Amino acid sequence: MTTWIFKFSSKQVTIAAVVALLFFNFQLKAATNEIIITGGIESARPIGVVPFKYLGNTILAENLSEVVASDLQRSGKFNPLKLSLMPQFPTTDTEINYAAWAQKGIDMVLVGSVESTGLNQFLVTFELVDVLRAQATGGQAKTLVNGKLVMTRDHVIEKRTKTINGSDFRQYAHIISDIVYEKLTGQRGAFLTRIAYIKVLDRDTNLKPFRLVIADYDNINPTTLLSSPEPLMSPTWSPDGNTLAYVSFENKRSQIYLQDIYTTSRTRLTDFPGINGAPRFSPDGKKLAMVLSKDGNPEIYIMDLQTRNLTRVTRNRAIDTEPSWTPDGKSLIFTSERGGKPQIYQVNLVTNRKSRLTFEGEMNLGGAVTPDNSQLVIVNRTRGDYHIAKQDLKNGDMLVLTSTYLDESPSISPNGSMIIYSVLENGKPALAWVSLDGRFSFKETVADGEVKSPSWSPFLL
Amino acid sequence: MLNKNALKTLLIVVPLVTLAACKSGPTDAELEAEANSQAEAAAQQVADAKAVADAETKRVDVAKADALQKAKDMFENEKATLVAQNVVYFDFDQASVKSDFHSVLDMHAAFLVKNAGQSIVVEGHCDNRGTPEYNIALGERRAQSVETYLMNAGVSSSQVSVVSYGEEKPAVQGGSEYAFAQNRRGIVVYQ
Repeated sequence: MTTWIFKFSSKQVTIAAVVALLFFNFQLKAATNEIIITGGIESARPIGVVPFKYLGNTILAENLSEVVASDLQRSGKFNPLKLSLMPQFPTTDTEINYAAWAQKGIDMVLVGSVESTGLNQFLVTFELVDVLRAQATGGQAKTLVNGKLVMTRDHVIEKRTKTINGSDFRQYAHIISDIVYEKLTGQRGAFLTRIAYIKVLDRDTNLKPFRLVIADYDNINPTTLLSSPEPLMSPTWSPDGNTLAYVSFENKRSQIYLQDIYTTSRTRLTDFPGINGAPRFSPDGKKLAMVLSKDGNPEIYIMDLQTRNLTRVTRNRAIDTEPSWTPDGKSLIFTSERGGKPQIYQVNLVTNRKSRLTFEGEMNLGGAVTPDNSQLVIVNRTRGDYHIAKQDLKNGDMLVLTSTYLDESPSISPNGSMIIYSVLENGKPALAWVSLDGRFSFKETVADGEVKSPSWSPFLL
Repeated sequence: MLNKNALKTLLIVVPLVTLAACKSGPTDAELEAEANSQAEAAAQQVADAKAVADAETKRVDVAKADALQKAKDMFENEKATLVAQNVVYFDFDQASVKSDFHSVLDMHAAFLVKNAGQSIVVEGHCDNRGTPEYNIALGERRAQSVETYLMNAGVSSSQVSVVSYGEEKPAVQGGSEYAFAQNRRGIVVYQ
């Protein structure tokens, strides 16, 4: 297990822990990875996530409100108020002193409680409260319903009660985060998603140092699906979230595999001479775009997953690689050297017409289109530096989003709000996140190995 | 001195005398003994010849084995020498074999031409700048340019195969120029 430590507030975390102990019996866990916020906290919306009151005697495995606060923080859209600055610790709307929160500049407060109702059963209640609305109405608004004036509490934006298992705390916390996020931003939350990545342990001391790992989107609960003595690459999710495609060198050459993440059973999909790489599922999950060099140099192909028939998409003596589907599934974005240096191109799969999309910088690689089809996310090389950038697909404006070192392998969250990518941190590849507007970013420092090729799952519920 | 006629007479008479003597000649026992001794002599001769031949074969075999061992030793020595210098380095984003490495690749080529049964895998590697997928493509191009160099030097295509590991198996960790330079490489791996 992991404890997240926010660099900007390590002192506050200690205070928070003490405060939290007044409300919870929770276990302190050893920190195995650390998260560093690299920028953008000031632009996020303040919110009060009050520790949920625990009514019970057993020890809780997870702290619900702590996970919610972490989720909201990681979205870059919210800045949860530090516990030490909270004016009070209410459990329900009726206990909230609206003016006290408004004075702190907080307009939204999340309160709740956890009640032990049986063996490993917990009743979770939470309310999301609009403090300013409550102040305006005095907590009692009058509304016309069927021609009659009735009292409402419309400042309570959301109130839910649910019984959950002890093992579902973390998952339910992500659901609460999704609800809060969607209520306040209008955009679907992506907290109940996962990531897949390749972890590389010390190659001198491990017989099988290359690992295919899946974890919650925040890299909690990592599970190793495969350990290999030879490199593993390019994990990518099927649209239903059940299958990963990836490249394995277990047989001393590259081959593409499909693996069910629940049964862990796998099948070898390709074994062509040369490169078998860069797999990407089509949006309908029926096809897999890939790179094969069986005909002499890397070309883009599409394989029909049912018939296993191949369609060749590119025919060029230059390197063509990194296929990525547009959200409508009608085009592929890809990297090509046909113009001299690697740049991003798009091919219409109906007309087979190709067009160049990127022109800024010395190189552009690893392109992917956001779910709303508005932005192209790329790895841009300018003056020798590799950074994650986005390019507006309508007006062509490019904006560099990151300032980390040797950025690569960007993968966009299914709601299009965040990008996960790989950086070089202390000489080792590690995970980093940046919001699509580039304002909020953070990275993880991993103690026991390199982490690379992250891939964000689709929505899982 | 005998005159010519006397010699002629002798040549005729002596065989006749001998013939006459035989006619009155040896007993059956004497003949048997004679035959036996002749057979023994022949057998001895055969045995002697065989011993000589055997010795010779043995000598040749030993010499052959020596030569084979010597050749094998030479092969292994030569191979060990080549394995010890099996890396060529590339410039950033480049895949052409630099002239600095022609001589070492020529040595590999000469050895491979001489030992047609020997096969190799050329591995292509990259530094960790750029994306992993692009580097897989670049690494293959590097391995292929080493392959092409060897084939131009007479190595059979059936002896060479290539594999690209891109940036996945760096020789040196990290993001320094030194690490980059060490990682942009082609490796000739003897099978």
